[in-house]
Amino acid sequence: MAPEARSQRVDAARALREAGVTALIAFGLFLPLIGFQTVTDIHNELILQTRWQLLFAITAVVCIGRLAFSLGIEPWLAQRTLRPANATSAPWRSFVGRWFVPFAIGFVIAYPPIVIALNGFSGAVKWIDNFGIQILIYVMLGWGLNIVVGLAGLLDLGYVAFYAVGSYSYALLAKTLGLSFWILLPLAGVLASFWGILLGFPVLRLRGDYLAIVTLAFGEIIRIVLINFVDLTNGYAGISSIPRPTFFGIPFNANEDGFAAVFGLEFSPLYRTIFLYYLILALALLTALATVRLRRLPVGRAWEALREDETACRSLGINTTNTKLTAFAMGAMFAGFAGSFFASRQGFISPESFTFLESATILSIVVLGGMGSQVGVAIAAIVMIGGTEIMRDLDFLKQIFGPTFDPTQYRMLLFGFAMVLIMIWKPRGLIATREPSVFLKERKTIAADLVKEGHG
Amino acid sequence: MARTGNTILRVEHLTMRFGGLVAVDDLSFEAEQGDITALIGPNGAGKTTVFNCITGFYKPSEGRLGLRHGAAKAWAHLEALTDNGERCLTLPDGAVYQLERMPDYLVTQQARVARTFQNIRLFPGMTVLENLLVAQHNRLMLASGYTLLGILGFPSYSIAEKAAIDTARLWLDRVGLLARADDPAGDLPYGAQRRLEIARAMCTEPVLLCLDEPAAGLNPRESAELNELLLAIRAEHGMSILLIEHDMSVVMEISDHVIVLDYGVRIADGVPNEVRNDPKVIAAYLGVADRDVAKIEADVGL
Repeated sequence: MAPEARSQRVDAARALREAGVTALIAFGLFLPLIGFQTVTDIHNELILQTRWQLLFAITAVVCIGRLAFSLGIEPWLAQRTLRPANATSAPWRSFVGRWFVPFAIGFVIAYPPIVIALNGFSGAVKWIDNFGIQILIYVMLGWGLNIVVGLAGLLDLGYVAFYAVGSYSYALLAKTLGLSFWILLPLAGVLASFWGILLGFPVLRLRGDYLAIVTLAFGEIIRIVLINFVDLTNGYAGISSIPRPTFFGIPFNANEDGFAAVFGLEFSPLYRTIFLYYLILALALLTALATVRLRRLPVGRAWEALREDETACRSLGINTTNTKLTAFAMGAMFAGFAGSFFASRQGFISPESFTFLESATILSIVVLGGMGSQVGVAIAAIVMIGGTEIMRDLDFLKQIFGPTFDPTQYRMLLFGFAMVLIMIWKPRGLIATREPSVFLKERKTIAADLVKEGHG
Repeated sequence: MARTGNTILRVEHLTMRFGGLVAVDDLSFEAEQGDITALIGPNGAGKTTVFNCITGFYKPSEGRLGLRHGAAKAWAHLEALTDNGERCLTLPDGAVYQLERMPDYLVTQQARVARTFQNIRLFPGMTVLENLLVAQHNRLMLASGYTLLGILGFPSYSIAEKAAIDTARLWLDRVGLLARADDPAGDLPYGAQRRLEIARAMCTEPVLLCLDEPAAGLNPRESAELNELLLAIRAEHGMSILLIEHDMSVVMEISDHVIVLDYGVRIADGVPNEVRNDPKVIAAYLGVADRDVAKIEADVGL
């Protein structure tokens, strides 16, 4: 009892000391940054103002935060590492593991009726469109990128380029040739995977950081071409009035041959939204199913082997060039599908939608979810995208922080926070373990520390 | 040049330069079919470089690396192959390959030369079984119709996969790892990882197996087991084995033919007993002047 109490006291003293040091550093750092401010007065002269209150407030917050970390979070983390790993595998875990995926799929299928029942017809649009469709697009993109980054271990920072190729393929071909969504969907996928292969060829020799930089540049090239090739893409102005998808030929409009009239329903824009929801759900599930199947095929095993050890792959007669290209092409194809869906859903696209921020968001979804894990990626997408959408609704915060407060502006800050927390708590992502693709007697989950992340 | 009937690999005037450094200098030797040929030499002698040239990881600066499949008289066509500039010449009852013209993966895929690595290169995050299935990639790829038939669930792939799992099971039983088939390869003890790497190389169905220091890091008992495994592979599959090894208990016990390299040059070539007593070899290994060899030989009990 006595030594424990003493260690507790020592900890408190150490925590106080650390908090003091942190406060000093914060004070020193913020003194010139926040403590002083230059403003122009009415005589148009620069004058120096001091903001002591704000400075002290921030320093106090930092100090208290550090104190809380030392006293609360640090001991908890230490305890967690001390605990043996197998102590956590309670029976409920295996139960959840077995039933989570069927339950989740059932829920997303039943989601629109549930929302309509809860919010009525008019209130449901927001929930299905902003939450359902938006999240599912990112789930699909995350799963697509997961093939490239999670399975093949090739770090791709320009994934949004293929999304853009898919979107513009759909928009341009639908407007100029008048082809239907169902013809253009596979075509957009094919075109995107063609660009994936085109990108793949020059970057095959690169690894790690170099690969990341070249893919990043490729993403920017596509975006800048879209901006500057005005004759084709209409530049910054983007492409508008893109044909919307039809219900197998029946358009969603208020006309006599529209969806509502044909099925004897009262017209509502919600039908299109629900249709789009199930469409992206089907596309996302197709991505997941294809990935699950590919992992059990030789090409999928070759991807994972490539991530583990490229030299060993070559020594086993695997053509690593082709294997990487198929990974790029597959990932790009699903981005192309998602892109053509995006274009048809929005009805308007511009290069603004395909910035590096999008690539970074998709990549962070994959990294946070756990590279290679489909369930993890889906959860990460729900948290990241759903979280952003929820922030739009937090009007009560305006009453606390004043009417000019816009919570969505703090999106990136919260992203960063989430990243830091996940990297402390689970450095390899939410679900970092690997399920073997084949087994002889029993399927044993492989611990994260054995699975390589790839060299790029 | 004498054409012995049973040669499987013919290394001729192999030279490998890295900038100003000559790692392998005009090396010629032959490996016989069904023999265990050992390549030994002090550290930095160029043994692994020779391996990397044979397996296509390096492109030699000079030289010809001939490999034969099937009938021994295929060698007669090697000159024709050299002249026509192709990678291989397929004959009705065999084939000849020029390995220096092939990229690394084709050396395994077509010329059927498998290799292991000095520092074990398994896929640590994949299970033991998966490691062996990756080794059968090309056959499975064909059966899955280059993924197209496989993803649509055609039965040809599931049949081929079953056969591949059976092959893997056979090899796992062979190297004593059947009980650990579903464990990640990175979890295996060192000696088991060495055996698994050999099993994985054998799953590519090679005609020539190149082992880079398979006994490194093994204890004497594991070394003895390795000897047995290699002899059994040779006896049952008629496998030709090319071996780099430092462990003399392995080299002297199982090799049929030993080639000694020093500074990229062949200094001895013969059956283990000849090589063991070659003063140049002893000098190279122990680093003494030739006149002191007899004394040191006596000291170390050779």
